[in-house]
Amino acid sequence: MKPASFEYVTAESWDAAAASLAEHGDDALILAGGQSLVPVMNFRLAQPAVLVDVNVIPDSAYLQIDGDSLRIGALTRHVRFEAPGIDGPLGRLLPRIAHHIAHLPIRMRGTFGGSLAHADPASEWCTLARTLDAVMIAQSVTGERRIAAADFFHSALATDLADDEVLREVELPALGPDWRCGFAEFNRRAGDFAIVQSVAAIELHEGQIVSARIGVGGATETPQRSGAAEKALLGGAPTSELFAEAAGAAADAIEDFLTDQQANADLRRDLVRVMVLRALEDAVSAG
Amino acid sequence: MTLIGKSVPRLEDRELLTGTGRFAGDQNFEGQLHMRVVRASLAHGRILSVDTAAAAASPGVFAVWTGVDVADVSPINLRPGSALQDLEKCRQHILAQDIVRYVGEPVAVVFADDPYRAEDAAELIWADIEELPPVVGLMDMPGEFAPGVSTEPAVLVKGYGDVDAAFASAAHIVDCELSVGRHAGVPLETRGALAIWNDDENRLEFHAAAKIPHTNRIALAELLGLELDQLHLFEGHVGGGFGVRGEIYPDEVLVNLAALRFRRPVKWIEDRMEHLIAANHSREQTHRIRAAINADGLILAIDDEFWFNQGAYARTHGATVPVVSATMLPGPYKVPAYRATGRIRLTNVTPAGTYRGPGRYETTFVREQLMDTIAAELDLDPLAVRRTNLIAADEMPYERPFEIGGKPIIYDSGDYPESLARFLDHVDYDAVQAEMAERRASGEMAGAAIICFVELGGDGPFDDVRVEMDTDGRVEVITGVASVGQGVETVIAQICADTLGIDYAGITVTHGQTDRIARGQGARASRVTVMTGNATHKAASGVRGMLLEKAAELLQSPVETLEISDGVIGIVEGLGEGPSVTVAAAAAEILRGQNAPRIAVEESFENDRATYSFGAQLAVVVVDPLTAGVTVERFAVVYDIGRAVNPMLVEGQLVGGAVQGIGGALFEEFLYDETGQPLSVSFADYLMPTAAEVPDVECLVLEDSPSTTNPLTLKSGGDPGITGAGAAIAAAIGDAIGRPGAIKRLPVTPLRLRAILRGDADRKQEKNNAENGVST
Repeated sequence: MKPASFEYVTAESWDAAAASLAEHGDDALILAGGQSLVPVMNFRLAQPAVLVDVNVIPDSAYLQIDGDSLRIGALTRHVRFEAPGIDGPLGRLLPRIAHHIAHLPIRMRGTFGGSLAHADPASEWCTLARTLDAVMIAQSVTGERRIAAADFFHSALATDLADDEVLREVELPALGPDWRCGFAEFNRRAGDFAIVQSVAAIELHEGQIVSARIGVGGATETPQRSGAAEKALLGGAPTSELFAEAAGAAADAIEDFLTDQQANADLRRDLVRVMVLRALEDAVSAG
Repeated sequence: MTLIGKSVPRLEDRELLTGTGRFAGDQNFEGQLHMRVVRASLAHGRILSVDTAAAAASPGVFAVWTGVDVADVSPINLRPGSALQDLEKCRQHILAQDIVRYVGEPVAVVFADDPYRAEDAAELIWADIEELPPVVGLMDMPGEFAPGVSTEPAVLVKGYGDVDAAFASAAHIVDCELSVGRHAGVPLETRGALAIWNDDENRLEFHAAAKIPHTNRIALAELLGLELDQLHLFEGHVGGGFGVRGEIYPDEVLVNLAALRFRRPVKWIEDRMEHLIAANHSREQTHRIRAAINADGLILAIDDEFWFNQGAYARTHGATVPVVSATMLPGPYKVPAYRATGRIRLTNVTPAGTYRGPGRYETTFVREQLMDTIAAELDLDPLAVRRTNLIAADEMPYERPFEIGGKPIIYDSGDYPESLARFLDHVDYDAVQAEMAERRASGEMAGAAIICFVELGGDGPFDDVRVEMDTDGRVEVITGVASVGQGVETVIAQICADTLGIDYAGITVTHGQTDRIARGQGARASRVTVMTGNATHKAASGVRGMLLEKAAELLQSPVETLEISDGVIGIVEGLGEGPSVTVAAAAAEILRGQNAPRIAVEESFENDRATYSFGAQLAVVVVDPLTAGVTVERFAVVYDIGRAVNPMLVEGQLVGGAVQGIGGALFEEFLYDETGQPLSVSFADYLMPTAAEVPDVECLVLEDSPSTTNPLTLKSGGDPGITGAGAAIAAAIGDAIGRPGAIKRLPVTPLRLRAILRGDADRKQEKNNAENGVST
């Protein structure tokens, strides 16, 4: 369990990182927090010829409200989200999600951008990004490219990032005060990747749900929004009955469940129903 | 007698906590080579060729071996006493010869000047292996596993009494099929070995040895063709043993063989992925068990047939697990007639050996689920069924009329009903049950259960100890045991200090060094405190006698009037005033004019009887009916150890064992697909329990039933935490879902529990439909 030999390059800036990638193409990988990449290299499942370490790039770890957006630096460590210092429903949601990511030592190193670029099907941040339609900002030597979350996740561990692109920043919509957000996930042990997780965000106006975003992670190759659940919620009042109906709709609409030794499609379908319901309940109780 | 029974701090901790421990990875020799093992990636196949040319030409590579290079080395022997002769032909070669039989079997080894380069080179080795159909079904009809070897190489039958007559006259017959998953010890420190040829001493030295250095010395010397005095083993610190670490596997033999052939130090550190497919697995067995019951729930007979998955080869433990399973299944209950038929099966998966609580974890689950099934089918209280069947205090010593390892099974002492009663009182079981009933009434799936078991340990046949004292009164205890982190140094120092009347903290306890004492039995089978403790007491008593005799001469006072306290020999309190002399001064006087620098007394403690102790466990769980997840809310253990040398360490054993047992009950399992590919090859898919999944384990250590097998009246304490944990969790889940006996298989995963709950839901729906006159 020793990695294969690789060349180690330190990038002092995003431009330098992009230049390294341009030079080495698909022989190079970006090293952010390393919490997934390094084990994968130790197993020799990844054998990059060049490792471009972006950890020393200044001013690349931040959470910053900018108009209607929350801008998140790619190198922002997970632990930073436990006390994001942001008002509003999103500021209340982020710590509740961050708490579910692995264990504290991993949260100290692992990064927001690294999680998205790695694109594990059960990554909390990927599900959040997909649910809220985040915009990923990728940089290459030819400039920057804005990628919508709907286009970003291709399949498990595969994204829209080109070989010469590095993920530099992510924009989330800074949800207004009428939004309520919730999160729920099921795993067998605290800190494991979820078997199924859900992010729920609903906007309430005079007791009615006027916008809804329901995301499901861990169930399929990539995190997805559940149009069926959102449709069920729109225009209704936030009651347990409606939530259960929406959760059922979310579960029924999924066809291509992941199956593995932990859970088959039937169990995952059950869990989607329960996690969407609990995320919605979390949204109205804590969100 | 003041130190035995005290929870004094561990002597081991200073080194470990200050980072000066010497684990396998910490040890290095100048010029050492690093070994990397190339392992089979198919479960069953014929080796057509192994191309090593590229690896041999790779930078830093010193040598590459395949099967032909070690064809002269005989396969690894089963340990004497642990073998069924039939398993001899299932032994494993240190590198596969022609056929590979499990994913992970060593096919080739690379030796290089650097571990990275060794691994680089290992990647270049191409083994052309023709796939053969794997055997994966544990309970399939027997067939051929290897030429001349059946998939069922041995069947063992143990029993007593007239089982058939009991079944013929029974009021009720209860039967069930119960399985325990593949589960094993996963120490924090993986295996490691370091061997060096010592030219000055004309001997091979195996460093980072563990568990049973003396036993392994004999076995390795035979394998390597060395005289016994040409091989010595040196134990270092060990980051967890659990029965797995310290056995002889192909890897350890290869390291030693290479150091011998190359005359150059060779080091090998196993990685985690290797550990999960190469070190011994354990546990996996399926039982079809039937019980004949009278109208009151008293068991008249048990007839059990079980299948034990040995994996692809027999290993050093031979048939230990199935033999202990067969003999310990009746546990704390009377069971007047009994028959167990154990079918040892070979399949194309990683071979099996022992894991902490071998044969007891599995059969306690089986027996206690049987008890719950009896209770359910006869509509009796589960606890009442257990009480009805418990062996009574006036039946002690209680002999089961069969034997284990040539020794009779005699439960030496205990008041099982009283220990259980004390436990129920301690955990306030009435209140627990009331709370569970209330929570279930409000719709929660909460449940609690108590299960009972008997533990064995303190195994002989002997242990040797030499106690040495120098002219400053400093004491070294040299033993043939080993430390697997259990606190052996502390316990042995306590017993020695207690005997000698000196401080325990200044005593050095030496273990696992084969050049320091000729014989030893190591740390296995929960035997160290009993066997080595008594040997220590015996040897220290000899030194004490010498000191008192010398002091009697110096103080002009008869031996009977003297005592040793706090390192000073003086007149027994109450017999008046008198002069005194320090232990050191007395020792110096004894040694005056002698050539020896130390007083030395070596003694052997021999014992052919194991100790047997009662234990029980409480588990409280809550099931989430929507996710099929289980949360363990409470876990408690009672154990009657007879006499605790260090109660803190006993509790440590109970807690650690319970955590591992909960792992096997809910999380840990080595799974394979239908082609024999392992699915549990990292900690992402072999789930170890963490502090978040396990509640504080409550311990009640009783000292009510001293052992009658040894002078110090000690009993074993290594395994009781784990032994009942699978049973307790399963029974509590059965209670929570309102179906005692429903859990048929460990671990209880969400996938499996969902199936049980769904079955319940379907049945409930059918029942409702039937009641409402709806046809389905």
